[in-house]
Amino acid sequence: MTTTLKPDNAGQVRDAVAWAVAEETPLEVLGGASKRAIGRPGNAAHTLDLSALRGITLYEAEELVLSAGPGTPIAEIDAALGEFNQELAFEPPDYGPLLGQAAGRGTLGGIIAANLAGPRRIKAGAARDHFLGFAAVSGRGEAFKSGGRVVKNVTGYDLCKVLAGSWGTLGAMTQVTVKVLPVAPKLRTVLILGCDGTQATAAMTRALQSPYEVSGAAFLPQVPAARSGVDYVCRAAASVTAIRIEGPGQSVEYRCAALRAQLGGFGPTEELHGQNTAAFWSEVRDVLPFAGTGDTRIVWKISVPPSDGARIAASLDAETFMDWGGGLIWLAVDAADGDHEAVRGAMADCGGHATLIRAPVELRAAIAVFQPQEPGLARLSAGLKTSFDPRGVLNPGRIYAGV
Amino acid sequence: MEMPKPDGAVIARRHDIAAALSRIVPGEGVIVDEDALRPYESDGLTAYRTLPLIVVLPESTEQVSAVLRYCQENQIKVVPRGAGTSLSGGALPLADGIILGLGKFKRILDIDYPNRCAVVQPGVTNLGISDAVRDSGFYYAPDPSSQIACTIGGNIAENSGGVHSLKYGLTTNNVLGLEIVLIDGSVVSIGGKHLDSGGYDMLGLLTGSEGLLGVITEVTVRLLRAPETARALLIGFPSNEAAGECVAGVIGAGIIPGGMEMMDRPAIAAAEAFVKAGYPLDVEALLIVELDGPQSEVEYLIGEVERIAHDKGAMSLRISQNEAERQNFWAGRKAAFPAIGRISPDYYCMDGTIPRHQLPVVLSRMAELSNEYGLRVANVFHAGDGNLHPLILYDANAPGELEKAEAFGSDILKLCVEVGGVLTGEHGVGVEKRDLMSVMFTKDDLDQQQRVKCVFDPDSLLNPGKVFPELHRCAELGRVHIHRGQTRFPDIPRF
Repeated sequence: MTTTLKPDNAGQVRDAVAWAVAEETPLEVLGGASKRAIGRPGNAAHTLDLSALRGITLYEAEELVLSAGPGTPIAEIDAALGEFNQELAFEPPDYGPLLGQAAGRGTLGGIIAANLAGPRRIKAGAARDHFLGFAAVSGRGEAFKSGGRVVKNVTGYDLCKVLAGSWGTLGAMTQVTVKVLPVAPKLRTVLILGCDGTQATAAMTRALQSPYEVSGAAFLPQVPAARSGVDYVCRAAASVTAIRIEGPGQSVEYRCAALRAQLGGFGPTEELHGQNTAAFWSEVRDVLPFAGTGDTRIVWKISVPPSDGARIAASLDAETFMDWGGGLIWLAVDAADGDHEAVRGAMADCGGHATLIRAPVELRAAIAVFQPQEPGLARLSAGLKTSFDPRGVLNPGRIYAGV
Repeated sequence: MEMPKPDGAVIARRHDIAAALSRIVPGEGVIVDEDALRPYESDGLTAYRTLPLIVVLPESTEQVSAVLRYCQENQIKVVPRGAGTSLSGGALPLADGIILGLGKFKRILDIDYPNRCAVVQPGVTNLGISDAVRDSGFYYAPDPSSQIACTIGGNIAENSGGVHSLKYGLTTNNVLGLEIVLIDGSVVSIGGKHLDSGGYDMLGLLTGSEGLLGVITEVTVRLLRAPETARALLIGFPSNEAAGECVAGVIGAGIIPGGMEMMDRPAIAAAEAFVKAGYPLDVEALLIVELDGPQSEVEYLIGEVERIAHDKGAMSLRISQNEAERQNFWAGRKAAFPAIGRISPDYYCMDGTIPRHQLPVVLSRMAELSNEYGLRVANVFHAGDGNLHPLILYDANAPGELEKAEAFGSDILKLCVEVGGVLTGEHGVGVEKRDLMSVMFTKDDLDQQQRVKCVFDPDSLLNPGKVFPELHRCAELGRVHIHRGQTRFPDIPRF
């Protein structure tokens, strides 16, 4: 019989995992279940639902820290931070709509477990860079913690980094602490119209090499740009290269003007102001160009050196757009096998990783969802899994077979 | 401080081991002569000294790999070492272990401006990276105060910080890739010029692992474009509380300064006497707030910080009018440690982090402890991120004073943990804070950390005696305790 266990506190999480260890039965670990369709399909008979471990337990704006249960919705965190003009600076994306679900179901624990980040990744880092401390239950059924509630800490191994991006395979978190940062008072976007991928990369690189503190650099070819809800973008009838600037008002105006002057040679430029800027970058963050009704194409997320992005995107028979100054390619393909050999082959020379983000369960069972690792690294991954979860009771096989 | 008991059998084989290592690293790369070993007997934590068995200075990844493989096969302990500037004894030698020095790995391999990163060998100094890219307008952000001497490999091992870490992050936020050699000699590449990892974040785990997991042989770091300008304010306050409130006010106003440093009265006096930076001597606390970025932004933010400082009762306030003056404001702070060295035969530098609002409590308890121990203390403080560096003044030649200073330091760190902070913000655990780990962590916490160690180094040959107060055998740690027959979680809501 399939059971869903929904503990109310850390002690109950420990009991649940200890039971699973004793019974040698794997658990599917969930928060808001918004990313359940990412990863290799599992065969867990039971579900460990952490969504009741919910609520902010500490928020000290002037110390830049917030602690909460892992099941706390991102929306709840955003609302609390908003009252003090603060935010999670890594821009947690919401892949709900991309995966055919409602928006707004993601939790803080989930975003950390998947180590996601939005366009500001290039300046502010990912979830891992803001993850200060946690309490969790390991696959041994033991409660343990790492990190702290201060922003600077090197005491012991940084297990926060290990838990971030582990997709629930190492520990079931019961409490997390993150660094929070002030929201910039003003934001603007410089748009350059009509570049191809190579020109766009050159423009983004120029902007990112400038002292103007760019906090987003994306390239949408004409087709995905036409799907934008932002007028200036969808009516451009051309590709859009977008550069975001944030900060105090005067500074933003100055940097915006300086960037337009520097980038004018790449094509005609436009400017998006506050609301349009916010709307545009959340579309990029949440991969909305591939989230249209009825869009069931296979979607890949590919992280590569920024200077290789345009070349790789152009080499594949697929619709693409780029974020992170060219370092992140979003790619949608029709081929039922996700064109996986071509995708992974295209990046073989430059390093990086390709992850299947949207695909039917059959495909996720058949091909590597996460980038296959070299044998040495794979051995360390398997060893880490064993050290935290020797009986394989926490999301076994979600990232790699046998891990 | 007890180190693992030296193994007499290994020490007896010293000449055979040296001969074997000389076959791997020919020429002058193997040091056995006592006088030549002497410079390696301690690191920046000079209170502890041990002559290593042998020092090996390889020049290539292949040599590092062969040395480590030999050491594992022959069960010889290995202490990796960069420039030896660790303040926590991370590179303290073992009498029955070799020092594996990375000092010959000095090349910058690739500077890649389009991808805004540099690939360097671990022995390149922290400042060496910034120097190499400065003419192009770039720099490497983390700037520990030992940056002239400390190496990037050591920075990775310790996850080093610096005065700019609140805004630009620690080492871990600025590294993209590593090549490491494991104790079995295998070479593993992690990351590269792209962002994030496809699997478990080994990069994040290795950074700050204090030489216990692997030996770093290549590093890829992010380069940042240097800000257009930087200016600083020098603000004096009548009390530590007022200075602390100013720091909270600045951050509360949504300003993240490039640097925000605080000094207490004894530190101000020592620094001013040493470098004559023009620090006010009639204040209890001094803040240096540096703002960097585009010109117009910096000017605007200087005005904001000035307003907040006056609101919080600043007694004196100066704004740097040019680069020389800004450097001058920093001169006293940057020389704070040697300045203390001038007024005391010895000093002991601590490194706790506290929730910033606890600063008044911590400073007043520290003053009480100072009286109890009869030892003076001066404080410098990375105020933005709550990282406190109390400097305990003592005289190592006075019988019992070192022990007293250590006991005082240990009380300070316990106090940091008690108020919600941590044992170390940026200097690392090493041998110095090893025995305090149980103040912050439970047995289960520490056991899980040691299990991670076992994945990389099952025989505990890499830097043993550091970080962990007790060494357990990996087989023992690997056991799973099963509680069969326990009630089937009667209290957990089920569906």
